[in-house]
Amino acid sequence: MARIDLVDLAHSYAGNDADPESFALKPISMTWRQGGAYALLGPSGCGKTTLLNLISGIVTPSRGKILFDGVDVTSFSTRKRNISQVFQFPVIYDTMTVGQNLAFPLKNRGVAGPEIAARVAEIAELLDLTPYLDRKATRLTADAKQKISLGRGLVRSDVAAVLFDEPLTVIDPELKWELRSKLKALHRALDLTMIYVTHDQTEALTFADTVVVMHDGRVVQSGTPEELFDKPAHTFVGYFIGSPGMNIVPAEVRGREARIGGHVIALSRGYDKLPAGAAIEVGVRPEFVSVAPPAPGLLAANIERIDDLGRVRFARVRVGDAKLAARVPPGFSIPDSSAGLVFDAARVHVYADSRLVEGVL
Amino acid sequence: MSVALDHVTRMVDGVATIRDVSLTLERGALSVLLGPTLSGKTSIMRLLAGLDKPAEGRVLVDGKDVTGFDVRKRSVAMVYQQFINYPSLTVYENIASPLRVQGKLRAEIETRVRDAAKLLKLEPYLDRTPLQLSGGQQQRTAIARALVKGADLVLLDEPLANLDYKLREELRTELPRIFEASGAIFVYATTEPSEALLLGGRTVCMWEGEALQAGETPKVYRHPDTMRVAQVFSDPPLNVVGIEKTGNAVRYEAGMEAAASGLYAALPDGAYRVGFRAHQLELANGHVGRHVFPAEVTVTEITGSESFVHIKRAQADWVAVLEGVHEFLPGETIEVALDPGDVFVFDTGGRLVAAPGAA
Repeated sequence: MARIDLVDLAHSYAGNDADPESFALKPISMTWRQGGAYALLGPSGCGKTTLLNLISGIVTPSRGKILFDGVDVTSFSTRKRNISQVFQFPVIYDTMTVGQNLAFPLKNRGVAGPEIAARVAEIAELLDLTPYLDRKATRLTADAKQKISLGRGLVRSDVAAVLFDEPLTVIDPELKWELRSKLKALHRALDLTMIYVTHDQTEALTFADTVVVMHDGRVVQSGTPEELFDKPAHTFVGYFIGSPGMNIVPAEVRGREARIGGHVIALSRGYDKLPAGAAIEVGVRPEFVSVAPPAPGLLAANIERIDDLGRVRFARVRVGDAKLAARVPPGFSIPDSSAGLVFDAARVHVYADSRLVEGVL
Repeated sequence: MSVALDHVTRMVDGVATIRDVSLTLERGALSVLLGPTLSGKTSIMRLLAGLDKPAEGRVLVDGKDVTGFDVRKRSVAMVYQQFINYPSLTVYENIASPLRVQGKLRAEIETRVRDAAKLLKLEPYLDRTPLQLSGGQQQRTAIARALVKGADLVLLDEPLANLDYKLREELRTELPRIFEASGAIFVYATTEPSEALLLGGRTVCMWEGEALQAGETPKVYRHPDTMRVAQVFSDPPLNVVGIEKTGNAVRYEAGMEAAASGLYAALPDGAYRVGFRAHQLELANGHVGRHVFPAEVTVTEITGSESFVHIKRAQADWVAVLEGVHEFLPGETIEVALDPGDVFVFDTGGRLVAAPGAA
């Protein structure tokens, strides 16, 4: 278990002299606390796997340092860094029993027999693997094998951190629920620093205390799931978190008013000092806009489609050139395609050149 | 045109992987095959494509028996989970390849490739090779090639499974529009209930080689014939509890008496299984007419907009999805409430007896 400090860390696969804009990971400095659960979230190519590989020591950074509990480990091998890893596909030994598989990382490190037995029993219990400890691992299903992989990753209590690289990608939806909640319970029980890489927002948001959202080699926001949902610091976070993502519409903003296509929307905060020349947009999540019958005072919209997601319906609407998603209230029936939009003023944010502007209450 | 499976069974090494499946797929309609891994989705597609032959039953095209026909004589295109393109050809040539095989004229190839590229937003990438594209662009190239072929039957086997979450979301909303525009018969396999709901069309629920129920997607979702269908079509998993109805009262499994209100009112006395989805549970904040259960929290997952609360009630694991952020601690006891008018009631054999709303 360790605190992890990233100090001006950056990496280019083309070497240190490459154009800074082309770096796979642009310089970042962050501190991850001991015992925390972190997720690195972003689309493919955002740099999250590069960052994970820098932390594990598979890749040596072009610039900057990595500290574990204050010790510079930048030049250390993966083994010397003392971390454990769980990958997308199960890594287990088919010829061994489930128990032997779980014990292997401990044996490898020369841990004493009684201690191994106790730890294997504890992990097996947490993962509901106790009945299978004496079974050969070979004939188990893919998800059972992945459960053992998770167990192997978590069995050592002395590791600096446990790194997960898309560990649930190959698992069926129903079992994902089970494994995700197990992982969360394990984190609470074991006090390990965990870092979880994924492109799946549900996995990231439900697993982590702190989600680090990456885009184009940069960290665009690091925060709790609630912060990312309520107050995206960057329009990319608004778009990427939430399903459908945040509505982002060009607007003219003055004081406590935003003007979209000639229509005025009230804001709950004041914006008097917007940077000159910046592209101004308002962002509001579909959960905080709803469709209503057209009425004076409401932003007029054209309904193009209704997505019925079972427990909630979203209307896809068009306002001028802009496309938005808005909640359809229960029991609301749409007479024709014209509608009005109702905004929750407190949930409307203002962005200048894609960055959140703090309004004044 | 229509394609049908008529009482089809397929055997592999003496085991039935498809059991007595009958399905009819009509032109211009999208059919979703929904079921977990190994439920038979890919097997159904291979039978429809003519890649495999059934042990029993017939494959019909426009009512004509084509069971023994060679696949090359059928008009079929297929897209797999693992996108397949020719790495040395440009995107343009990848999309054009089936037309070149068909010996089409240059001008026609040009038009059809451009049309497909436009539909799938690939126009800026036509001169690149697949390896210079993102995963989503590569899969769109594979879909464009399947479309351009002009096949009567297009089979998509979990085509979005290997793509990033957001790309999946975008393609899911684009695909129904693309399907509508092409007029072919589309069959789309997925393990995810939310994907079936977004795609709309018709859904066939698959389980252990059987087609359990087929119908319009929202109808199958809201009116599952059996508990198994409700389970296949629920994510988070369906919550289940047994009840015993006697007169004006119901007794829930592991004790808890309540008035036989809501859908329970009209049930004959006896034992039933009640199923409800995670969003049908709410916190018992003094709602009137709800049935309230104390339950122990095992874990809470917070997405920022919602909280998935995993709870244990008697021996059963339930999940409740609550709007907003609720930070319950493991071991904490909370009270959850269920509206007896908003549940599925099944008989002890798992057949639907009552559901909210009209059939």
